[in-house]
Amino acid sequence: MDAGSSSSSSNLKGQSRCPLQEQFLQKRNSKENLDRFIPNRSAMDFDYAHYMLTEGRKGKENPAVSSPSRDAYRKQLAETFNMNRTRILAFKNKPPTPVELIPHEISTSAHHQAKPTKPRRHISQTSERTLDAPDIVDDFYLNLLDWGSANVLAIALENTVYLWDASTGSTSELATIDDENGPVTSVNWAPDGRHIAIGLNNSEVQLWDSASNRLLRTLKGGHRSRVGSLAWNNHVLTTGGMDGLIVNNDVRIRSHIVETYRGHQQEVCGLKWSGSGQQLASGGNDNLLHIWDRSMASSNSATQWLHRLEDHTSAVKALAWCPFQSNLLASGGGGGDRCIKFWNTHTGSCLNSVDTGSQVCSLLWNKNERELLSSHGFTQNQLTLWKYPSMVKMAELTGHTSRVLFMAQSPDGCTVASAAGDETLRFWNVFGVPEVAKPAPKTNPEPFAQLNRIR
Amino acid sequence: MASRTVAKDIITLRGSAAIVSEFFGYAANSILYNRGVYPEESFVKVKKYGLPMLLTQDEGVKSFMANLTAQLSEWLEEGKLQRIVLVIMSKVSSEVLERWNFSIETDGEVVEKGVSREKSDKEIMREIQAIMRQIASSITYLPCLDEPCVFDVLAYTDKDVAVPFTWIESDPKLIANPQMVKLHSFDTKIHKVDTLVSYKNDEWDEE
Repeated sequence: MDAGSSSSSSNLKGQSRCPLQEQFLQKRNSKENLDRFIPNRSAMDFDYAHYMLTEGRKGKENPAVSSPSRDAYRKQLAETFNMNRTRILAFKNKPPTPVELIPHEISTSAHHQAKPTKPRRHISQTSERTLDAPDIVDDFYLNLLDWGSANVLAIALENTVYLWDASTGSTSELATIDDENGPVTSVNWAPDGRHIAIGLNNSEVQLWDSASNRLLRTLKGGHRSRVGSLAWNNHVLTTGGMDGLIVNNDVRIRSHIVETYRGHQQEVCGLKWSGSGQQLASGGNDNLLHIWDRSMASSNSATQWLHRLEDHTSAVKALAWCPFQSNLLASGGGGGDRCIKFWNTHTGSCLNSVDTGSQVCSLLWNKNERELLSSHGFTQNQLTLWKYPSMVKMAELTGHTSRVLFMAQSPDGCTVASAAGDETLRFWNVFGVPEVAKPAPKTNPEPFAQLNRIR
Repeated sequence: MASRTVAKDIITLRGSAAIVSEFFGYAANSILYNRGVYPEESFVKVKKYGLPMLLTQDEGVKSFMANLTAQLSEWLEEGKLQRIVLVIMSKVSSEVLERWNFSIETDGEVVEKGVSREKSDKEIMREIQAIMRQIASSITYLPCLDEPCVFDVLAYTDKDVAVPFTWIESDPKLIANPQMVKLHSFDTKIHKVDTLVSYKNDEWDEE
């Protein structure tokens, strides 16, 4: 299974690196740009292959005349011929170059309009920025990265939580936990983008004010072991622990534990509230995915789950609620499962399942397009962009050299940050710039624009 | 056009060569139209292969195509044509943006002994139709050609072909690290034509 070791690569610890500094060894260019349909053929010599398939066979067909020396001669001949076998010819008189009757600008816009396809969004295949994330805990079950609504990214590196302000690019240290309580096992921004919850290895949860760098409150008593997942729902902080418990904490009141959801037998590693705050999805190391309904919760009786989904065959950590369809949830399974599944959370029915071929560590929906981004481990350690609902692969972003454990999306939805076991934090401009209110239609973009045209 | 007069299903070398060169003419026109190399006003619609096909009315392009297909059929009849490539280049930089590759395999026995083969017209037309549909739909995945483009046609022939004096030897005009999409193929039982489009990788210009 996805057993993650808590000790992160110690061989790199020798050289001390400052966290979140620009990396200079970046941009591995994807030379092997693969086609969607055909494996990479750039390395193949088609002429030679064609020759071997056609000419080469003829020799074998009459074995009577073959002798070693003759074979050698033929081989040599074939080699020379292969280099110089064809003649490439072109007409001396070139075809006329297209005449441009209309000025260039208009004609190109006309070309664009003539094509029924949407102009393709350029998806950069390389990360636009790479930061160092030394000592990041390479543990599948934790949640160490979050991007708050104030455009500040929080990442936990062992005992310390660092903040990286995406607007200014500045780094600061928010909190360092004592060795006996650490490491930090989860971070999650409150909706206000100012307060942040930090789950710890010692089963406690701390609430910090990022504006004043102050510890506001420590939540104790909810769990018996480490808190690996957190999810905010207004003033309620939901925590998921290694003990399999899910606890709703009302952070405003003294006795903060308001509900406890019991359903998982093992560590709760995925926890997400739906956009409406009505349903909670929880995934565990016991391969279970639960949907809990807010309205069914009550503090006096044990709360029953709304749905218990047992389709995944490995730990369920990656969870993402669809931003454009409130009852649609995407979930991803770990190394033994490798599937992304889609659920109607009202009915509990599985809508689709796609085998990705690699453990699914994290999932994010594009806020602007019907697309889903997944992050993976062995063998490619890639980020895959899927078209929803067709689940056609649109792009594979490679660069990480170890499993991509965590992803977070910028508040504007354009940029995705990913942190991996290779101790780097990468930023990808994968979701594109949202279309700001469409510019007023240009007057007369092309002649006869008022006519319908079907091509 | 062809001399397939004996029976419907018999196909001769000449007939096959005519089908292939005619196919190339229509395919090239369709590519020039769909890829917007020439303005769409310069094309007219005709019915061919059970599909509406577009043919250029530009005199220069028309005569280029006519000369080209005439020469192609000659080579096809001799079984000396290995490949035809339609290259789309940037008008300004002459950078090769797309290569439409039609590889041709010729049945050697037919050329040497002059025997004929059997395949119905209808079946061949259906195969060609599938390719034409794919060419027309290729604009959905090919990158936009958002600059003025020109085209050229390369013929790969056997080495022993005498170079006609209107032709010159050319370099292959390859694309570095292209993306490729294979389209359908058709087979007249004498000539087998495989279609493949390779195009400049979008990401390449990032370096």
